[in-house]
Amino acid sequence: MGGHSSYQPKSAFAKWFHERLPIMDLIQGQALDFPTPKNLNYFWTFGGILTMMLGAQLLTGIVLAMHYTPHVTMAFDSIEHIRRDVNYGNIIQKLHANGASMFFLAVYIHIFRGMYYGSYKAPREILWMIGVIILLVMMATAFMGYVLPWGQMSFWGAKVITNLFSAIPFFGDSIVTWLWGGFAVDNPTLNRFYSLHYLLPFVLAGLVGLHIWALHVPGNNNPTGVSVKSGQDTVPFHPYYTMKDAFAIGVFLIVYCLFVFFAPDYMGHPVNYEMADPLKTPAHIVPEWYFLPFYAILRSIDNKLLGVIAMFASILLLLVLPWLDTSRVRSGTYRPVFKQFFWILVLDCLLLGYIGSRVPDNLFWVDTPSHEGGFALTNKLVGQIATLYYFVHFLIILPILGLLETPKPMPASISEAVLAKNKPALPGHKAAVPAE
Amino acid sequence: MGIVATGEHADSDRRDFLYIATGAVGAVGVALTAWPFISQMNPDASVLALANVDVDLGPIAEGQSVTIKWRGNPVFVRHRTAKEIEEARAVPIDELKDPLARNNNLKESDPATDINRVVGGKEQFLVMMGVCTHLGCVPLGEQGDYGGWYCPCHGSHYDTAGRIRKGPAPENLLVPRYEYISDTKIRIG
Amino acid sequence: MIMRKTFLAAVLLLAGAGLAGAAETRHAAKDIDFSFEGPFGTFDRGQLQRGYKVYKEVCANCHSMKQMVFRNLSQPGGPGFSGAQVQALAATYTIQDLNDQGEPFDRERIPSDHFPSPFPNEQAARVANGGALPPDLSLITKARAGWTGTFAQLFYGMGGPEYVYSVLTGYEEPPAELASSAPEGKHYNPYFEAGPWIGMAPPLSDGQVTFDDGSPNSVDAMARDVAAFLAWASEPKMEERKGLGFSVIIYLVILTLLLYLVKRKIWTKVEH
Repeated sequence: MGGHSSYQPKSAFAKWFHERLPIMDLIQGQALDFPTPKNLNYFWTFGGILTMMLGAQLLTGIVLAMHYTPHVTMAFDSIEHIRRDVNYGNIIQKLHANGASMFFLAVYIHIFRGMYYGSYKAPREILWMIGVIILLVMMATAFMGYVLPWGQMSFWGAKVITNLFSAIPFFGDSIVTWLWGGFAVDNPTLNRFYSLHYLLPFVLAGLVGLHIWALHVPGNNNPTGVSVKSGQDTVPFHPYYTMKDAFAIGVFLIVYCLFVFFAPDYMGHPVNYEMADPLKTPAHIVPEWYFLPFYAILRSIDNKLLGVIAMFASILLLLVLPWLDTSRVRSGTYRPVFKQFFWILVLDCLLLGYIGSRVPDNLFWVDTPSHEGGFALTNKLVGQIATLYYFVHFLIILPILGLLETPKPMPASISEAVLAKNKPALPGHKAAVPAE
Repeated sequence: MGIVATGEHADSDRRDFLYIATGAVGAVGVALTAWPFISQMNPDASVLALANVDVDLGPIAEGQSVTIKWRGNPVFVRHRTAKEIEEARAVPIDELKDPLARNNNLKESDPATDINRVVGGKEQFLVMMGVCTHLGCVPLGEQGDYGGWYCPCHGSHYDTAGRIRKGPAPENLLVPRYEYISDTKIRIG
Repeated sequence: MIMRKTFLAAVLLLAGAGLAGAAETRHAAKDIDFSFEGPFGTFDRGQLQRGYKVYKEVCANCHSMKQMVFRNLSQPGGPGFSGAQVQALAATYTIQDLNDQGEPFDRERIPSDHFPSPFPNEQAARVANGGALPPDLSLITKARAGWTGTFAQLFYGMGGPEYVYSVLTGYEEPPAELASSAPEGKHYNPYFEAGPWIGMAPPLSDGQVTFDDGSPNSVDAMARDVAAFLAWASEPKMEERKGLGFSVIIYLVILTLLLYLVKRKIWTKVEH
């Protein structure tokens, strides 16, 4: 933590209050004055964007809960009631549904930024691990929320995903029955998902508090990965980053609102506008786009238990990422080989996402059914290769690369890096170092 | 001195015991309190009240299937053709992915022969849960590489006796408990 | 009794299960230019009124629209019927209610009543339609996509109304290799989602519905009108959404621009 702030109570009341609850001191020290590296790029604005999205989802969600009915015979109609009758209901409902997609878009950019710049490395391991837990809770929240409209995809998505737990040896079936509260996904399931979907965002808010706390112990990483050496390397969070984040949030809101107002159904599935039918599985069960890479990993392994293990492992693996990367250099900027593998990983994840949306037995890319006999490059085969690569990247490439790679020379400090970057544009000598 | 020391020792023993006992009693209380909160999620009395479903097999012509809803899940009842039975019989057990009958009317260890997939030796009527053993989708009838069922979700192929042959599903389609209450009527459940 | 009901349900399910596969022959929907497309598109009131007439006289014989309430027909952004017209339209149908003695009786529908359904329940609907269930049309243009493709759906929309139009106008003679295997009572329609065989007989024929204003009543024109009506019914507040969206985007662009200028001004003092 940044230690004591410069907060001085100005009035007698402020002094009286400060002696009893020094919260203004905390805000001044942790939010306003907090020393932040001055070279953060726009990828660092996603933390602020995510905080805003969590707030937006909470607000729209609480409002939707005022009109929604969690019962299998009424849930679907109550969503239609919101869309048709409630004042601004169609917009609030779409803000919430598309908000989930935008939330994940931002969180994935945030995660890959952390990977590229080595933000998971010492002394930020706990910060990173809390982030992985936030991702898991977000996924659980999004999954349960998607069940609530009780459309066809809601129902079958719930059934398929809860059935994953039946892969657990011995207790699997009992656990699934316990999760469902019956022998099929039914009213008890819908009710408990509603309850938990309301609860988990508040758990998320608590975790985000811990995440920020853990961030403020070592302070921010930065694009050079070089630790802050002196006051010259930093600027106070406010107004420098409050305004930069606010601008980024504005851009993000424009994209978000373009979807909400002009393509509100683009992220969803048409079949979810049909009410759930427990006797009829839709032709293609596809999760929302943000789960597709994990779904591809699940489907790439023919053994049920191993498929489920691989899917969960692909996320849990991130918990130990700080110890898998053996390089002492933090930022990918100074790691020429790592940089290339990083972008291959990004492409690999996008490829997994594409595969997750396709029919496994169809031919890759052309997407027509493969004919029997002989070798065929099916979606499934490509998915298996991509899954294998995902694990190879983390378990083999990263540890070895850290030992073999020769990093590029690094700047001695953030200020030096900034000066070097700006030099070509500013001929002559620029002596002025920014004042704090 | 010695007496005092022993007294101190005994005193600390007694104190440790008191702490441990209190902690243990407290832990038991926490566990007992937690149980109702875990148990409430299990199927309740109204869900457990098993509704038996009777099905009249008479009107189901050869080569036809019907789907019945039982306990919230679909049950397939298929009147199999002679060819389908023949195909299912011809498969050697060691070629099956899941060699167990998965028939709730038989012992768990019974092999997945065709006759073990039905009840009362009536091989023409196949009765099983329409729930893919992979992740619970409803397989489509008369499809897939083995002429039986095909699950559209993740591509599991079942043969004409509902046994898993290809794809990610680990087990044969489950045969629920059912009995013949007359020559052409069954009671499921 | 319970057994007979179960069996009935079972037999009825059977007919629905037979239609699957052969998805490769499906055609993408024909791309129609509707007035309500794009960020500024609005509904053509006359077209919605005509579309409602087609629904009422043709589709409503088999298809319900459970989400629709008569009052919707006069709300802003809709077909623009007057309150009195809606009252009269609703009154052409009856609904069962209870009188003071608690006995059921039929009364005329009022604007706050829902559209009537042609069948009392799903089973009855299946029995009357050879085992196939005519889907509810309240959300049909949202529940179907006319085409696939990440970019096609982003730039041309999901194609739901186009799908409805294409199915209505898409009946064809089956190709020779399929004609022999035609299921009984089914019709060839390569635009049908679960096709190519569809249980619904071609519902429209030229001149079937007469419009008061003498608008064209070819199959093509009626299919466009009813597709537009169903698109409106899927989202009666579409015009409100787009109108508000326009203001919101303008506001956000201005605010973001200002934030950018503030940010730039603050950062000019710092080399970064």
